[in-house]
Amino acid sequence: MKNRYSIFSLIRNAFSYHQEWPPAWRSPEPKKSYDAVIVGGGGHGLATAYYLAKNHGMTNIAVLEKGWLGGGNTARNTTIIRSNYLWDESAKLYEHSVKLWEGLSQELNYNVMFSQRGVLNLAHNQHDLRELSRRINANRLNGVDSEFLNPEEVKKFCPAIDLRGGGRYPVLGASLQRRGGTARHDAVAWGYARAADELGVDVIQNCPVLGFESHADGSITINSGKGPIKAGKVGLVVAGHSSVIADMAGFRLPTESRPLQALVSEPMKPCIDTVVMSNAVHAYISQSDKGELVIGAGADAYISYGQKGSGHQTEHTLAAICEMFPQFRRVKMMRQWGGIVDTNPDASPIISKTPVANMFINCGWGTGGFKGTPGSGWTFADLIASGEPDDMNAPFKLDRFKTGYLVDEHGAAAVAH
Amino acid sequence: MLLIECPHCGPRAETEYAGCSEAHIARPESGGLDMTDAEWVEWVFWRKNTKGVYLERWNHAAGCRRWINCMRDTVTNEILATYKAGEKPPKIADAEREYKF
Repeated sequence: MKNRYSIFSLIRNAFSYHQEWPPAWRSPEPKKSYDAVIVGGGGHGLATAYYLAKNHGMTNIAVLEKGWLGGGNTARNTTIIRSNYLWDESAKLYEHSVKLWEGLSQELNYNVMFSQRGVLNLAHNQHDLRELSRRINANRLNGVDSEFLNPEEVKKFCPAIDLRGGGRYPVLGASLQRRGGTARHDAVAWGYARAADELGVDVIQNCPVLGFESHADGSITINSGKGPIKAGKVGLVVAGHSSVIADMAGFRLPTESRPLQALVSEPMKPCIDTVVMSNAVHAYISQSDKGELVIGAGADAYISYGQKGSGHQTEHTLAAICEMFPQFRRVKMMRQWGGIVDTNPDASPIISKTPVANMFINCGWGTGGFKGTPGSGWTFADLIASGEPDDMNAPFKLDRFKTGYLVDEHGAAAVAH
Repeated sequence: MLLIECPHCGPRAETEYAGCSEAHIARPESGGLDMTDAEWVEWVFWRKNTKGVYLERWNHAAGCRRWINCMRDTVTNEILATYKAGEKPPKIADAEREYKF
């Protein structure tokens, strides 16, 4: 790698007061044609480009991004990473992702700050406990680390928690995935962009896609904001706008786009060294390295592209946080925002061929896309390169909404959707 | 929070409503027995996801408990009209607005 980051490069650049670091990636003008074009420069799109170049040797490719890299949902999530999903198909995909996360900083030579601080999923009633036990057993059968903690063990693992839950939502137990945790969201997009760029991928920002034209030879012309670009294959990875771009390409999706909100508090001294999620009261919380509490809410009820949601969603979430952590009642919230998540009827992604030849789509990650970034890019690159689904992505075909073979992770994926 | 005007009760907060989903999706008349798989999945799963003016229905769960229809811009969240279940959407000149990706 030309500009390898290391302690030595850090020292070397200190002599020039860090004024002469080279750009992490180029800003090329688009070529007339590419072997493959990825539409969408978020984490998933950049990961797809990186694995296409690295695993499949496809280096004549481009990523088109309407805005700037990682400016959408990649920068708007609560950065939780885990793989304790119920169904085999999901476990395989998300566990592959966690395994990639574990070596990602080294692989990309970019510190994505993956911190395996553990993810707790709380149970507040008998039904929760049964669901939790079922999921833990399913996880273990799939080789995903997952263990049951009784209330005493929960308190020991996360002393900040109030087991009484305000009296209404006592903590009766929890599942713990010790390999789960958080990562730095921006760094994931930037790390993949830099590594893909190094392999020859053109990362093109400020380049919206306006339409598609299919040709008889199977190639596709993309009418972009920077002129027409011919592509042998096209991968669509545009999250909340998936339906809009599918409409442009002339096919339909069962996906619905909703706001999902998150908020961070003022920075505080370290008080929570893990990730706590609660399905029943719907809240999840962790603490960033800067000391902010990072809190996520549930998705809003309605379809919206407005990147903002309704106030009562955050109010509900904060009420739940205050029941679990009464000491946070006086903490001030500093920022609040919304991202547009693409939700599918079965709460699982679509990684699939489309009715348009040589066009592929990866969407519908809904409220849980960040954790899937590396695995999503990996398997989508496999699909684009070979043109045919394999074991990992076949269950996530678009036609499951015709065959009825759903991967129903609603409520089963350790968190309500 | 959205302020949704119930055609029966007047303007009410979004928290009084439940079950937002696409409006005017009629159950196929042939019922269950004669329906093909394709018709079933169309009815059950496939929904519009309009960026622009969208017709949706809400259940006024904490009010009159009736289903109502709503015409809303999914970018600005502006509610252009609400009307009773079973009625056709009102014709509004502004309702053709479209957003490019």
